[in-house]
Amino acid sequence: MATAVMNMTTAALDWVSIAFDAPLARAVVFGVHIDGHLVVEVLLIAVILFQLTRKSYKPPKKPLTDKEIDDLCEEWIPEPLHPPITEEMKAEPPTLESAAGPHTVIDGKEVVNFASANYLGLIGDDKIIDSCVASLEKYGVGSCGPRGFYGTIDVHLDCERRIAEFMGTPDSILYSYGISTIFSVIPAFCKKGDIIVADEGVHWGVQNGLYLSRSTVVYFKHNDMASLESTLEKLTHGNKQAEKIRRYIVVEALYQNSGQITPLNEIVRLKEKYRFRVILEESHSFGVLGNTGRGLAEHYGVPIEKIDIITASMGNALATDGGFCTGSARVVDHQRLSSSGYVFSASLPPYLASAAIAAVDHLEDNPSFLTTLRSNISLLREGLSNLPGLTIASDPLSPIVFLKLKKPTGSSKNDLELLNKITERALKEDSVFIVSTKRSVLDKCRLPVGIRVFVSAGHTASDIKKVSDSLQRVAALVLAEHI
Amino acid sequence: MVRLPYLIALSTLFSYGLLFAFGQMRDFFRKLIDLSKSTSEDLKGYAPICLGLEDFYTRRLYLRIQDCFSRPIASAPDAWFDVVERYSNDNNKTLHRTSNTTKCLNLGSYNYLGFAAADEYCTPRVIESLKKYSPSTCSARVDGGTTNLHTELEELVARFVGKPGAILFGMGYVTNSAIIPALLGKGGLIISDSLNHNSIVNGARGSSASVRVFQHNCPSHLEEVLREQIAEGQPRTHRPWKKIIVIVEGIYSMEGELCKLPEIIAVCKKYKAYTYLDEAHSIGAVGKSGRGVCELLGVDTDDVDIMMGTFTKSFGSCGGYIAASKDIIQYLKHTCAAHLYATSMSPPAVQQVISAIKVILGEDGSSRGAQKLARIRENSNFFRSELQKMGFEVLGDNDSPVMPIMLYNPAKIPAFSRECLRQDVAVVTVAFPATPLLLARARICISASHSREDLMKGLEVISKVGDLVGIKYFPAEPPKCVEESEKALSLKRKAVDPLETLGQYNHVFCPL
Repeated sequence: MATAVMNMTTAALDWVSIAFDAPLARAVVFGVHIDGHLVVEVLLIAVILFQLTRKSYKPPKKPLTDKEIDDLCEEWIPEPLHPPITEEMKAEPPTLESAAGPHTVIDGKEVVNFASANYLGLIGDDKIIDSCVASLEKYGVGSCGPRGFYGTIDVHLDCERRIAEFMGTPDSILYSYGISTIFSVIPAFCKKGDIIVADEGVHWGVQNGLYLSRSTVVYFKHNDMASLESTLEKLTHGNKQAEKIRRYIVVEALYQNSGQITPLNEIVRLKEKYRFRVILEESHSFGVLGNTGRGLAEHYGVPIEKIDIITASMGNALATDGGFCTGSARVVDHQRLSSSGYVFSASLPPYLASAAIAAVDHLEDNPSFLTTLRSNISLLREGLSNLPGLTIASDPLSPIVFLKLKKPTGSSKNDLELLNKITERALKEDSVFIVSTKRSVLDKCRLPVGIRVFVSAGHTASDIKKVSDSLQRVAALVLAEHI
Repeated sequence: MVRLPYLIALSTLFSYGLLFAFGQMRDFFRKLIDLSKSTSEDLKGYAPICLGLEDFYTRRLYLRIQDCFSRPIASAPDAWFDVVERYSNDNNKTLHRTSNTTKCLNLGSYNYLGFAAADEYCTPRVIESLKKYSPSTCSARVDGGTTNLHTELEELVARFVGKPGAILFGMGYVTNSAIIPALLGKGGLIISDSLNHNSIVNGARGSSASVRVFQHNCPSHLEEVLREQIAEGQPRTHRPWKKIIVIVEGIYSMEGELCKLPEIIAVCKKYKAYTYLDEAHSIGAVGKSGRGVCELLGVDTDDVDIMMGTFTKSFGSCGGYIAASKDIIQYLKHTCAAHLYATSMSPPAVQQVISAIKVILGEDGSSRGAQKLARIRENSNFFRSELQKMGFEVLGDNDSPVMPIMLYNPAKIPAFSRECLRQDVAVVTVAFPATPLLLARARICISASHSREDLMKGLEVISKVGDLVGIKYFPAEPPKCVEESEKALSLKRKAVDPLETLGQYNHVFCPL
């Protein structure tokens, strides 16, 4: 059996070798003896090349037919434009029937107003109103155009010069709305690829500016300089590329979400060590801090040239509207063409610009407002020092006295309910108008909510006594039921 | 639609190329000079605020014609105003104010109904409210910033525009930037017109929704985009979109065109997308009773989901509003960041809008409102037709008070602007980046306070300057008078047919 298989195999092999030794096999091409195996090899190579030139198999792409698209469009159901309206959404704020000064009228009753950021008591001031009236009669109300197209009125240029003179900087630029100042300035300087280190407690305007700038944003713990230093260290350590990227630190001078004041001398020390630029948001500290109201830099004795960009809203201490940004000439000139809130928007109404000039003049001539404000703040803090269930969480110099719950319930929503009950009862029963923190769902800040009491230089000692007594009484009632 | 002839496109590109080349050469020399100087100690280690070519346009092109922009004025922006003269000692790099002013005709301010200057009905009421409520409330609307005036104006605006509810903001730009993020978030889609205003672009970017653009004023392309997007769903996950909002403007300020609203609303209804109409330039200026493009084009206000507008243009004040159903307004009052955090609108400005709307509606007891509306319509149509007769290329639709005149070449921008100012007419010229690079234009804004003589003077000056600068791209229509028309026709025959003149030389070139 084995021999038979062996014989068959040898016979087959002989046959194959004879086939290879056939006349074709004896061909000689170019002096190369063509053996049979060369033919097989050539055939194999040809087959391999053929396969390589074939496209790899992909399932054929079938685009959707028109009918399929029609069906998809029919099926699609969009969400409603707004979520269902809950009870808390229907709450309406109280309506004022007179100017928002230290005393105002709500629902026909006179109340003591601690809800307006009227720090210097300039609402209702005669000099300011007179300058506004003169402006209205000369220029009308609106300016009817953006700054680039005949919307620049001479009062705007005068106002910019006055503010620069007051702050001690070369130049300043006016914006037509307080909140748009910061979210136009940040994207004008910070672009994609830059690094920004910001405090986690900054308000919505700053957060929006940071988001629009598309830079890399790193947050550090609220007002914690150790956390800031470690963040800066981490970002610059061993990073050679850092030299070419623009780096900024964004902080608020006086945080409106907590009433804390930034230690500017620390920030300047860190900025110089790690080579960052500083953007300082001075909305609530301009006209309040410092011996003559020139802001945080004066308060800490830091030369103003060390701070690269200062922005502020004029809707607080200066009792008008709009905002400004000041810094070196290069910083201000750059914004005139690349800041979207300046270029693409109508300019500030001229009467508000003249009100700002009058307010700055007033502040410079009467620094006694600041001493009155400071004594009012300390008086109020004394009166609120032993509140049942609430503690003071703001800085001793801050005109926003921020009251937090001693024992938070664990959810912001429930905290807010309790605080709103307190403020409503204070208004209804004691004619004291105070407000709690309002947070939008779009706000990323996670600091605790509380009651904000805005102190003004126009409040008298009796006003302050009234609010402290009222809070003592109402807090005891409301929080006793819920602790 | 702009029809750009090839020759003009080539010459414009050549001009820009030349300017670019000169700019680069100067930058090169500047770099050489800077290398030899050392940077000061303060700036060592800091990256420069603008790297390389980021501000090339500003430094090398814009600064040369800086005196055509940001011209300060010293009076109210009425039909005639005082332009402050400026001089420069260093070739336009810095400009200094003088105390001299020139009285010029104002063809640049947004003063459609003439409320810019002191008005006999509005101003006394504004001054009264200023004395009662002070220039500011120093507080957000939800805190202590809502006064009687604000609630009154919200109701009045809702009634005027034709919607159930309205909400106010202190600045038009912030209205768009803050409302769009409140309406949409991640998973939503915004489809906006390609020529939408910067505030809408900013608002769309500030929300985390995806953004797609459709061709300007083209409902068929909008339909294509909608079909494609609904079929594909969100990028990468292909889940269905949560909501789709289509954003268009009533009058586009750089084109002067009206939006094709009825067709766009029809497309949006078919595909269940929401519509957002920005009427910044059209509210108060178009429509029989000033109610905007919806009235002009016969669209029912219930079909537009959200209507936005500003008070700066037609009402002579500042601020913006959103009008929509009561539920949406309630939701926005609870969520919108500009309502919760920003200082409320200044009370005198609110009073100005209240009085202006009352005048427009005729509720002040006079017919001044109807007169103003009729006058602005007449003025716009007259001016536009005269300019077209003179041979200028004017964009925009009938009834729109905004009319851009095409300039194209970069050198014609300062030439037109400065010549007009020399003859006491103040015009606005717009170039890159507000418009595409090749399509620079001069934009005229007509007001109801322009009288017929003002318009005639404006036309005369523009015609003279247009001849000087060379922007009458179309043949002028012959005037109506008989002998003049014959003269004009013969001139036209000689001038407008270049081939004829070339034909005279045919026998020279033609070898046969």
